[in-house]
Amino acid sequence: MNWNWLNRNTDQILSWLLAHLWLAALPTLLGLLLALPLGAIAFRYRWSYAALITVAGLLYTIPSIALFVVLPGILGTRILNPLNVVVALTLFTLALLVRVVADALDSVPPPVRQSATAMGYRPIRSLLTVQLPLAIPVIGAGLRVAAVSNVSLVSVAALLGVPQLGQLFLVGFQLDFYTPIIAGIVLCLLVAAVFDTIILVAVRLATPWTRAVSHR
Amino acid sequence: MTGAWDWLTTGANWSGASGVWARLLEHLWYTMLALAVAIVIAMPIGAAIGHTGRATGLVSGLANALRALPTLGLLILLALWGLSTFKGDIALLGPAITVLVILAIPPILSNTYAGIAAVDPAARDAAIGMGMTGREVLAKVELPVAMPLIMSGIRSAFLQVVATATIAAVVSLGGLGRYVIDGYNQQDYSKMVAGALLVAVLAIVGDRILALIGYFMISPGLTGRKVRARATTADMVVAIRQEGGSTVLEPANQAGARS
Amino acid sequence: MINFDNVSKTFGEGDHRTAAVDDLTIEIPTGKITVFVGPSGCGKTTSLRMINRMIEPTSGTVLIDGVDTRSIDAPTLRRGIGYVIQNAGLFPHRTVLDNIATVPVLQGQSRRSARATAAELLERVGLPESMGQRYPAQLSGGQQQRVGVARALAADPPVMLMDEPFSAVDPVVRAQLQDEFTRLQAELGKTIVFVTHDIDEAVKLGDGIAVLAIGGRLAQYATPAEVLSHPADDFVADFVGRDRGYRALSFTAAGQLPVHEEPTLRLGSSPARGPAPSSAPVGEPYWVLVVDDARQPRGWVDARRLTSGRGVELGDLVLGGSLADPHASLRTALDAALSSPSGRGVAIDADGRVIGTVAARDVLRAIEAARVNAPHSPGQGTSPGAGAREGEADPAAAAVPS
Repeated sequence: MNWNWLNRNTDQILSWLLAHLWLAALPTLLGLLLALPLGAIAFRYRWSYAALITVAGLLYTIPSIALFVVLPGILGTRILNPLNVVVALTLFTLALLVRVVADALDSVPPPVRQSATAMGYRPIRSLLTVQLPLAIPVIGAGLRVAAVSNVSLVSVAALLGVPQLGQLFLVGFQLDFYTPIIAGIVLCLLVAAVFDTIILVAVRLATPWTRAVSHR
Repeated sequence: MTGAWDWLTTGANWSGASGVWARLLEHLWYTMLALAVAIVIAMPIGAAIGHTGRATGLVSGLANALRALPTLGLLILLALWGLSTFKGDIALLGPAITVLVILAIPPILSNTYAGIAAVDPAARDAAIGMGMTGREVLAKVELPVAMPLIMSGIRSAFLQVVATATIAAVVSLGGLGRYVIDGYNQQDYSKMVAGALLVAVLAIVGDRILALIGYFMISPGLTGRKVRARATTADMVVAIRQEGGSTVLEPANQAGARS
Repeated sequence: MINFDNVSKTFGEGDHRTAAVDDLTIEIPTGKITVFVGPSGCGKTTSLRMINRMIEPTSGTVLIDGVDTRSIDAPTLRRGIGYVIQNAGLFPHRTVLDNIATVPVLQGQSRRSARATAAELLERVGLPESMGQRYPAQLSGGQQQRVGVARALAADPPVMLMDEPFSAVDPVVRAQLQDEFTRLQAELGKTIVFVTHDIDEAVKLGDGIAVLAIGGRLAQYATPAEVLSHPADDFVADFVGRDRGYRALSFTAAGQLPVHEEPTLRLGSSPARGPAPSSAPVGEPYWVLVVDDARQPRGWVDARRLTSGRGVELGDLVLGGSLADPHASLRTALDAALSSPSGRGVAIDADGRVIGTVAARDVLRAIEAARVNAPHSPGQGTSPGAGAREGEADPAAAAVPS
């Protein structure tokens, strides 16, 4: 490791880090926000499940680099525009989480659902106040997968000139120099670990009952 | 977009050493090689871990760490090291294939492990009680029952490898990624999009073919064909829980199982 | 014959050592059903699983027909012993036929001939042959359990181990499975070791019952009747529970009961001499037994409510009352008397025709007589089955630690 090089380029690296954080975090959040209603629809209406899951599966199948390249043609953006990355990763997150949300809601034990109905909950209220909270652990697990994957996928966009930590890899390649590559990998892993921890803690805080069980 | 269409419909772009057919074959070759090596490494280890119940924590830790590892960084790191260590083709191909294998291992390994760990203990107990040896239990009961999850792991690995093989063009490897990287360097957007579309088609078609293979490899007793969706979604949820989120979710897999 | 010789099994190490089975010595007779019964933690499943070496004893030996099981390679041993467990444990990826064919194929039989045998077995356990092509997930719990039994029978093993095989199904199906199992065993005469926590099931199915206490102590080993009527200690008495006296009647033959003549009325006919005799007490129903043309009982009718000249119709009948076969047990006889509106239990012959009635007081008298005559052996462990019934107990084989 060449610490001098890192010292000299701290400002540049920090700005890439910041960009990377945004580019990974924003699609994760947007994807989750879109996946919740869509997943609920897929769970609620059987006919939509197959359709939504098929489309999601297809989207998920497309390699990220392909989507990064094709999206500017569809959105009318320039290829360097970070918006392409945000849209592409939002789609990925959505594709992954739609199914997770639907299946997580489905995994809530039927007796719980039925007793909510029997006590007079309307479907929407039961969904929001009974089933969704109980589905949080599974949705959280899916969200962790999406967030961590997004951190890694963002760096691919460096190939198209979008500035973020991925640039460190290209710099290293051009200079035949390990330091920026290793720094990039470490920072990526760090960002992923931070995201992972945040979601983990959030799920814990939101689901105190799961710990009550495990401490028994 | 129309530019990409023109590019794709130009016959000259399809033939020759840098034509679509040649690039497609290269891409397939990298993918299949990496996938085969990964299966040979990951399935026995996953099976051993699932069968013995040992080192399960290691699996989820490994899968998690590898998911977070930026593929581009790993690729370039190994490529630089390869170029400085080896001579000739192997200097580039070796590290690139290694990266592809490394990325393909976690989904296959963790799904094999999760699939075997999820085998009904009663079925396993019955198998032993009827006089199957450990090997027979694994081959005749555990692996066949785990096959839906194993196949979805292989499909996840395939998608990961196809995508990463595209990126590998940046370290001068062949394959369809060449069009994307060269197009970018030549500021030829049509070529880039054409390459991207070809990669997308390859991923989708390959995934469908693997799904079809799975259709024949997985007993109808385990799928939605003869039985109501039972194993598929429920197992996935179980898998996510077991792995603390590290199990690769099967994407297009068994989408129609509920319908 | 299966012998446990001073078999113990402890789990855990050092301070965490717990005894699952404590110095068990027991002889399991050939061709009989021997039930290991006890609360959870009594080591009954552990004992069962030591027979086919799913669990190895910490000390002692298990012998099958005099051969130490440890001298046989475990998988080979197991292929020769049928094994049925609670949730059937069918292989979800194999059809019903292939599930049944498992052991024959393991033993090297061709798949084709194994399947042919499997199809026959399917019928034997009461399932249509067409079910052979289905997968386990397409079967109900009861059907899965039948397939489980068929699978255990496939290689025609002389010994069968059954671990709570009927516990996971609902009571109606369970009773059905138990009845068919009894019928099957009458045909096959296997040596069966059967584990259950349900004393009623043990009493119903067992030729001999081994009651195990927590910690793997053999509390009593005797026939069901003996266990019910003379529990060896407080633990057994407590475990056998309420109603044990009543349940014990199941094992006392009703042979000597007097059958009283009972006037009957044919369905559709009207009483010849008015609705009720004048001698009958006024203000109480006067019950007359109604039979059909085959003299099979249909129900009782209160003769006072009949209008003369009109035939007795089904709608007039008070149904109910179980039927007593005089050769059956005192329990059925008493039940028939108690459940009949007239207080007289209908006795029938083998063809179901009325031969008279039995009275509750006669049954009670018979119970009293049986109690006085019964030998009062204080809960000594005996070898059950034929042994215990004919008093050939081998004390060495079934010593009960007190």
